Amino acid sequence: MPARYRGYRWLSLVGIASVVLIWTVAAELQVVPELFLPHPRTVARTLVHITFTGYRGGTLPYHLAASMRRVLAGFLLALPTAVPLGLAMGYSRRVRAFFDPLIEFYRPLPPLAYYTLLIVWLGIGDESKVALLFLAAFPPLSISAMSGVASVPAERVQSALALGASRAQVFRHVIFPSCLPSIFTGMRVSIGFTYTTLVSSEIVAATSGVGWMVLDAGRFLRTDVIFAGIFVMGVTGLALDRVVRLLERRIVPWKGLAE
Amino acid sequence: MSNAPALQLRNVDYSYSGRNGPVPAVDGLSLDIEVGSFLSIIGPSGCGKSTLLRLLAGLLFPDRGEVLDDGQPVGGPDPRRGIVFQKPQLYPWLTVGKNVEFGPKMRGLPRAERKRLAAQYVEMVRLTEFAKSYPYELSGGMQQRAALARVLANDPKVLLMDEPFGALDALTREHLQDELREIWRSTGKTIVLVTHSVEEAVYLGTRVLVLSDRPARALADIPVSFSTNGTRGLGREVKARPEFIKVREEVLRYVWT
Repeated sequence: MPARYRGYRWLSLVGIASVVLIWTVAAELQVVPELFLPHPRTVARTLVHITFTGYRGGTLPYHLAASMRRVLAGFLLALPTAVPLGLAMGYSRRVRAFFDPLIEFYRPLPPLAYYTLLIVWLGIGDESKVALLFLAAFPPLSISAMSGVASVPAERVQSALALGASRAQVFRHVIFPSCLPSIFTGMRVSIGFTYTTLVSSEIVAATSGVGWMVLDAGRFLRTDVIFAGIFVMGVTGLALDRVVRLLERRIVPWKGLAE
Repeated sequence: MSNAPALQLRNVDYSYSGRNGPVPAVDGLSLDIEVGSFLSIIGPSGCGKSTLLRLLAGLLFPDRGEVLDDGQPVGGPDPRRGIVFQKPQLYPWLTVGKNVEFGPKMRGLPRAERKRLAAQYVEMVRLTEFAKSYPYELSGGMQQRAALARVLANDPKVLLMDEPFGALDALTREHLQDELREIWRSTGKTIVLVTHSVEEAVYLGTRVLVLSDRPARALADIPVSFSTNGTRGLGREVKARPEFIKVREEVLRYVWT
């Protein structure tokens, strides 16, 4: 639980409990038809059912694994390309002048807009999905690395030069580690956005994945499956963010601390 | 070893590029800094003292005139001239020991040698028990001592200090002044200290250079001796002596006009 809740964690629990309580009461009293608002008990049962028996040919772990494979493939391909490019863009005005407009142009585009194009080019398999997620993951990483370089204090670089470091050594031993906190912030944004884009990617021509499962359930008005799927996606999203944060604490423990 | 001054400025002009054309920061300044001397530079804020220090460091280059290190033109930052800034600028991902080891490591010294150097200089600034701590676990004064050790580990000929104690509380500042004085005495290094404290300038320097408002010109160049002639007393005590106050007032008069 984030430190910003310290001392008030119980209030977080009260908040969550209130929502579940209102939901339960509304479902018990049949305020709206069961079709629109399934009972929490039904959702829990469905969750167990799809976990072990499955939904339309695949269990929940199977769908989740398919989704995670796509998200991680996109993200892990973006990481070793976007970060070095962002660092180079931060370091060299020329590299920035070349790449910045291209990234800035496609970044605000809704992923679905160019996804159709990716399908035409790469087919309906996982390739186009991973390509989409790669493109989603890319800008937050390159931009954070670039701004990381820009925010390295000039005196930190000057002190390194005066200590006898060469330009290359300054980059490797001073600028890169100085950018790590910013890169980690970018990683969290990136993985969040990639995960959001996942559902878009599973709308088209998929037969697996939690995003597909929810969309498919919608076509059959299986609101219980939709609820269960959304719940799983929420928890997974939190878990992904948590993993990045744990890595962050390991690798950049100095982040946010006064120097 | 040559008899050339440790550092020399010859008719140095330097201007910043401002929005409405160049802003002169240093104007026709000449200066010889003797080997082993302690030069305090003082002047109104924004007068170009820091610019002067950066010119000596090789972080800036003069528009006209030259900056010489041991008779040779300064071509860029060099480990022979160590710099200490107002902010310690320690690398937060390295322990104190590793920070001090940074210079020797970059210069490619063997591992055992740089470990030895690091230990020696960490000891000199009395941080041995914090060698494995990270900078953010240290107080401001300790961080600045670590920054000093990091520069000293390169065994620079000259130490260029830009208001190194400016961000510290008064008491820590006095302690560090005494430590710097001790280090200067025991290592015999040439030190150039930019400060806005007249007291600090007079207490530590063998010479106080008073600069005018921008563009910086030398207003006065006053030899002082409170750091040498046997005044081994504690800082507070030296600073309370009538002869110290007399010199301090003399320097102050230049700064005020």
